[in-house]
Amino acid sequence: MMTEGIPLEYFLIVSTLMFFIGIFGFLTRKNLITMLMSIELILNSVNINFVAFNSYLFPHQMQGQFFSLIIIAVAAAEAAVAIAIIINIYRNFRSIETDKVDEMKY
Amino acid sequence: MTNYSYTLFIPLIPLAMFLLIGLTGHKFKPIVSGLAGTLGLTIAAFLSYITAIRYFFIEGAVDGTYPMIKAASTIWLRFTDTLHIDLGVLIDPISVMMLVVITTVSLMVHLYSLGYMKGERGFARFYSFLSLFSFSMLGLVLATNIFQMYIFWELVGVSSFLLIGFYYEKPSAVAASKKAFIVTRFADLGFLIGILMLSFTTDTFDFKTLTSLDGPIITSTAGASFMGLSVITWSLIFIFIGGAGKSAMFPLHIWLPDAMEGPTPVSALIHAATMVVAGVYLVARLFPAYAIAAPDALHVVGYVGGFTSLFAAVIAITQIDIKRVLAFSTMSQIGYMMMSLGVSGYGDHEGLGYMASMFHLFTHAMFKALLFLGAGAIIHAVHSNNMTDMGGLRKYMPITHITFLIACLTIAGIPPLSGFWSKDEILAAALHHNPILFGIGFGVAGLTAFYMFRLYYNIFWGTDRHYHHTPHEAPAIMTIPLLFLAVASVFSGFLPFSHMVTSDGKPFEAHTDMMVAIPSVVIALIGITIATVMYKKPSTLPDKVAGSIKGLYKASLNKFWFDEIYLFVTKRIIFAYISRPIAWFDRHVVDATMNLVGWTVTTTSNKIKGLQSGQLQQYAMVFVYGVVILTLLFVYLISK
Repeated sequence: MMTEGIPLEYFLIVSTLMFFIGIFGFLTRKNLITMLMSIELILNSVNINFVAFNSYLFPHQMQGQFFSLIIIAVAAAEAAVAIAIIINIYRNFRSIETDKVDEMKY
Repeated sequence: MTNYSYTLFIPLIPLAMFLLIGLTGHKFKPIVSGLAGTLGLTIAAFLSYITAIRYFFIEGAVDGTYPMIKAASTIWLRFTDTLHIDLGVLIDPISVMMLVVITTVSLMVHLYSLGYMKGERGFARFYSFLSLFSFSMLGLVLATNIFQMYIFWELVGVSSFLLIGFYYEKPSAVAASKKAFIVTRFADLGFLIGILMLSFTTDTFDFKTLTSLDGPIITSTAGASFMGLSVITWSLIFIFIGGAGKSAMFPLHIWLPDAMEGPTPVSALIHAATMVVAGVYLVARLFPAYAIAAPDALHVVGYVGGFTSLFAAVIAITQIDIKRVLAFSTMSQIGYMMMSLGVSGYGDHEGLGYMASMFHLFTHAMFKALLFLGAGAIIHAVHSNNMTDMGGLRKYMPITHITFLIACLTIAGIPPLSGFWSKDEILAAALHHNPILFGIGFGVAGLTAFYMFRLYYNIFWGTDRHYHHTPHEAPAIMTIPLLFLAVASVFSGFLPFSHMVTSDGKPFEAHTDMMVAIPSVVIALIGITIATVMYKKPSTLPDKVAGSIKGLYKASLNKFWFDEIYLFVTKRIIFAYISRPIAWFDRHVVDATMNLVGWTVTTTSNKIKGLQSGQLQQYAMVFVYGVVILTLLFVYLISK
């Protein structure tokens, strides 16, 4: 097995770092594209968790792997929709900075 | 048992005409609406006559009793197995008689209005309302149960309201229609309370059960009582209040004189011949209950009727407006009918008063409709309601003059015209049972003769007035109904009523009592003579007489200030001391509470609306905090 000799904690550390980098990016970046990228990071950290737990705890089952595949597919669809929305926002506001897009406030 | 189910069409045809004219009348020439309404009524009248002939003459009494037949009935609203509201058709002597009265007068009024209302705005509207009224009134008399009667009772009230307010651009007509509706509605509250009490006690609405001698109303006279009277008595008194409102009995009479603001044919149909006798019909309908279970309630009916008849006759003497004279005369005659019911017993010859009341209802409908239609023809010619604007009209309007004279003689009770026979029976019944009421009735007979001939002489004799154009006889379409009703007034007295309409359905022999007949004719002749002396030629005598009894004259002219008393009670007392405080409470307490609730919500929302900043990342931040807190909580709970 490729992961032989590498403890589970290492994977979890990587995925935790990725998750919080994603959260940080999502909260601090004003650019919608960057925020979308941050979301991808969050999703992928979750994927790593799924796969790692699957192969360490239940090596003879595949549910974790398949769950990751589903998440990847959903993430792709989500990215397509998000980019379409971003394009429309750009057409309307000539900007994709989130603090400029605040029409829906009280 | 014969099949009378076709009688269902008698009310339904006018209903169809109402819908037809009401919905499509504006698309055709006005005359089409008029003819359609008249045609519908002709069919209904024809069916009514067939029913009357079949019921009274072909079928006749079964085993000596006229049966009470339910020609049609369907359950409309079921409360319990025994208590349910039905809609149906009830055929018995009084309902058949009322069918004839209503359709005859209504048909005459439909014909007459073709001439009278010609060229009026809203001709189609007028005919649709007339059809609505005919439908409601026919439904009322054919009702199988007291609740159906109540429904149609309200419908006639609405049609009366609509027709009084027909000239809705005239403020006085609008006020009169409102007054009529509110006063009768107020009385109907009593009717409703009475119905609820009665149905609660007897567990039925059905007339057939209510009036049967072994029915619940007779057997449940014992039981709870209030102020010495049983529940049945109270409920029948409340029901009579409803009847008194519709029939303009004292003290609920104030709407009827004002109702004369409506077109004259309407006054003839609704406020003389049919709707105003609904109260009499109601008491007659429940008569076995009144007579056997609640004689006290029947005494109330008798005394209220007697008092009203005297009261109205006194007022009628001084009125100037010819339609108001007739209105008070109507009140007086309906009081007569009520009084007659009040002095009647149940069964056989004891029920003479009942028979006399129905007889008088029938003859009165004919001659009072004739009087009103005649008055309409006069108003049509002179363009005024006031008798001071009239005089010497006999030369110009011979047919109206003759028919009006016949009607006056009839109402005065001169033999052999119909009014004599019915009035004679009433007085005979009163003499037999209650001398006080007989005295009132006897006096009213003289007053009636006097004021009717005062009216007659002031219109047709005396000096010519200055007319805008020479008065001319009404067109044939208006005089034909006059002639027909005159013939009916003359001959309807010869109908053998005691063989047809009796309190227990069994025919009996009624004899003319010379002890009553001769004095009543004499007092009528005295009344006519006095009127002739005072009014046939212009003289100062009326003013002298008025001057000598100034107080009474003024009281009568002002209708005993009843309108003013009502205004005082409503405006000064009820409005000022009850309605205003309630209105204040509503505005300052109820509304204020609601405003406080609204104010609280608005203020709070204003305070917290800053949270909705529109900044995407602020929302995300809140979301992340939430997740963190939930996670910590979760971990804490797990680890415990």
